[in-house]
Amino acid sequence: MAYVAIADRDAPIHDPHTFFRMYIWSQDHKVIAIQYSIVAIFVGLVALVLSGLMRLQLGFPEQFHFVDPNQYYQFITMHGMIMVIYLLTALFLGGFGNYLIPLMCGARDMVFPYMNMLSFWVYLLAVLVLLSSFFVPGGPTGAGWTLYPPQAVLPGTPGAGLGIILMLASLAIFIVAFTMGGLNYVTTVLQARCKGMTLMRMPLSVWGIFMATILGLLAFPALLVSAVMMTLDGTIGTSFFMPAVSSMGETLDHQGGSPLLFQHLFWFFGHPEVYIVALPAFGIVSDLLSTHARKNIFGYRMMVWAILAIGGLSFVVWAHHMYVSGMNPYFGFFFATTTLIIAVPTAIKVYNWVLTLWKGDIHLTVPMLFAIGFIFTFIHGGLTGLFLGNVTVDLPLSDTYFVVGHFHMVMGVSPILVVFGAIYHWYPKITGRMFNETLGKVHFWLTFLGTYAIYLPMHYLGILGVPRRYYALGDTEFLPDSVHTINAAITIAALVVAGSVLIFLYNMIVSLKKGAKAPPNPWKATTLEWQTPDTPPKHGNWGPKLPVVHRWAYDYSVPGAPDDFIPQNEPVNPELGGGRDHGVHH
Amino acid sequence: MSNTAIVVALLVGVAVWFAVASRLTAKPWENREQSGDVGAMHASPARIGLWFFMAVVTSLFALFLSAYSMRMHQSVGWCHLTIPNVLWINSFVLLAASIAMQLAASAAGRGSRRFAQWALVAGGALSIAFLAGQMLAWQAVGPSLYYIQGSPAIAFFYVLTIAHGLQVLGRATMRFAGGAEIIDLRQSLALCAIYWHFLLLVWLAVFAVLLFL
Repeated sequence: MAYVAIADRDAPIHDPHTFFRMYIWSQDHKVIAIQYSIVAIFVGLVALVLSGLMRLQLGFPEQFHFVDPNQYYQFITMHGMIMVIYLLTALFLGGFGNYLIPLMCGARDMVFPYMNMLSFWVYLLAVLVLLSSFFVPGGPTGAGWTLYPPQAVLPGTPGAGLGIILMLASLAIFIVAFTMGGLNYVTTVLQARCKGMTLMRMPLSVWGIFMATILGLLAFPALLVSAVMMTLDGTIGTSFFMPAVSSMGETLDHQGGSPLLFQHLFWFFGHPEVYIVALPAFGIVSDLLSTHARKNIFGYRMMVWAILAIGGLSFVVWAHHMYVSGMNPYFGFFFATTTLIIAVPTAIKVYNWVLTLWKGDIHLTVPMLFAIGFIFTFIHGGLTGLFLGNVTVDLPLSDTYFVVGHFHMVMGVSPILVVFGAIYHWYPKITGRMFNETLGKVHFWLTFLGTYAIYLPMHYLGILGVPRRYYALGDTEFLPDSVHTINAAITIAALVVAGSVLIFLYNMIVSLKKGAKAPPNPWKATTLEWQTPDTPPKHGNWGPKLPVVHRWAYDYSVPGAPDDFIPQNEPVNPELGGGRDHGVHH
Repeated sequence: MSNTAIVVALLVGVAVWFAVASRLTAKPWENREQSGDVGAMHASPARIGLWFFMAVVTSLFALFLSAYSMRMHQSVGWCHLTIPNVLWINSFVLLAASIAMQLAASAAGRGSRRFAQWALVAGGALSIAFLAGQMLAWQAVGPSLYYIQGSPAIAFFYVLTIAHGLQVLGRATMRFAGGAEIIDLRQSLALCAIYWHFLLLVWLAVFAVLLFL
């Protein structure tokens, strides 16, 4: 069969007419994106409440009797797992990936719409299985989000019975959902771009999501392998990970298993997972900065290369999470080196963001505030990462609050700031309404300053030696009283930040009805999703004719052009200028 | 584990190379008009999707086999499995299934529908025979929980073969799920043939590790 590019085909796509097929059992990528986002944000709120409960216990020990030590561990575990996988991964790839890839590439939909729809429903099933573990006898697992054996399946750990099994089952289901979605994202990016949209003309958001999806497709199998083998250890009594062990005075039947093997498998997934979350954030923040600074992104090609380099390197750094597990010193040296090497492309990206802002026409809109906030928190989290990447520095700090501060800064706050920025940025396109700017700014400042008030002191606590994972510190001789004061202050800040999420939700929900009608391109952006004939885009996105792309995504403030932006689908006109080279002559 | 890292890094490399081969040095800001082709690969989405899916499965089995080798070397209490002879026969059956699928695909390409149907049926029957043969192997290895708990080698044998068996079954399910999206019979058979060759390769890798490691 002769090959016909997708942009040249005129075969009709799915054409639903009933409410059920349009908004629930829908194959439209935009509807699926919104479904993914709503579910992800909902579980994210559950995890946020859990963190609030933990902070109450840590800030004011002995005051709140509704958090006991077992529950504390269960809350930690569920908070971590939900935030990393069920919120961030699902929201960035299932939410933003689904919404943005076809619109930014100029496609009518994903290439496998039916599989895309299944991906959402299977994800929902994974979430339901996970949440159901709150209601089973013994409650959810309290093994810590890394689920290390042997303790994860031993009696004495909360949720060692059904809790851990449900967690592993939910993860396996999530991986199936992700794989179905992921195959769609990569194939759509590769095969369904409109005419003129070369890979090197794609907005960086798409690049970030594309590379993150490839990482996810190759890394999630490691989690699947470990989940399958741990389930067998926990249920039928195999000894893949379980060594000979006595538990509660009883010698168990397991013998010879290797807990270290689990750690290798887990972190072989776990480290790329950091970049599965970070790369889409990098991409999106590049587009936000460029659009709201009215300036082309600095070093576009280098940004693309950096994304690819980070993706490749992320598979050879996993064991830096295991320095304290004990390893051959040469091994530690190798992983410390690769870890520091990965800082190079990451730093390139940071320099380029800052240089994009330099001499830009910076509009301090709500999305821009969040994007700039991200640069701060990410640099902060990245620098503490350089400390922890070194074996000798990591060993004393690994089990302290320094690590909690570090990874929340780099992998919690930073991506979440991008999530908020991105939601504000695309809200007018998704809903057709503008949000309340003032409430958005209040939300930003509370979140930005609040998260600093939470995580900056944690680094100090860590250097003092405050151990992480403890339910209560009690009367500890080597810790000064100020530790308790700081803990109380952190809790208050955390509650304020959690409260600010209510402002965000209020703004988003009320603006749906009461917000001013959004113009098609309120930020005067160049990328294709802002050039759709309808706002919000209708089914099929582009009306009768697909767009044709004539330029890259960053023609902002081109000298000689009438406006300070030129959309990607505007033909090159040498008379008017457009593009850096043409502009020079005017 | 480091072997898996190499395999996966290679897969990332291949994916990236495939995606961007030589276009990474383009200067998009120069706004040259690009005619028609945007660098999409000349293959149907289903084919690209299948290759990515095979990359996922490769990663999965590379990790399983890494785990097998690490478990063997890192810990005490390992005794080797006696490989049941029926696995040799099974390997040949799967090879035959793979050949039958290839014949079906080529026949469909030539337009001889009848031969394609027969070859397809033969391929399906041989695949079922393979699965049946694997069940015989499980019987031979030690069908009771006692052995599975006692010997990690046996437990691994079950996990690996079941995972591989599920791949064989899974392909049939995928056909139904993605059915509406596969363009025509010829292409669908061509993709089936590729997947069956892939299944054979994965099985040979698993078998080789069980035999020689």
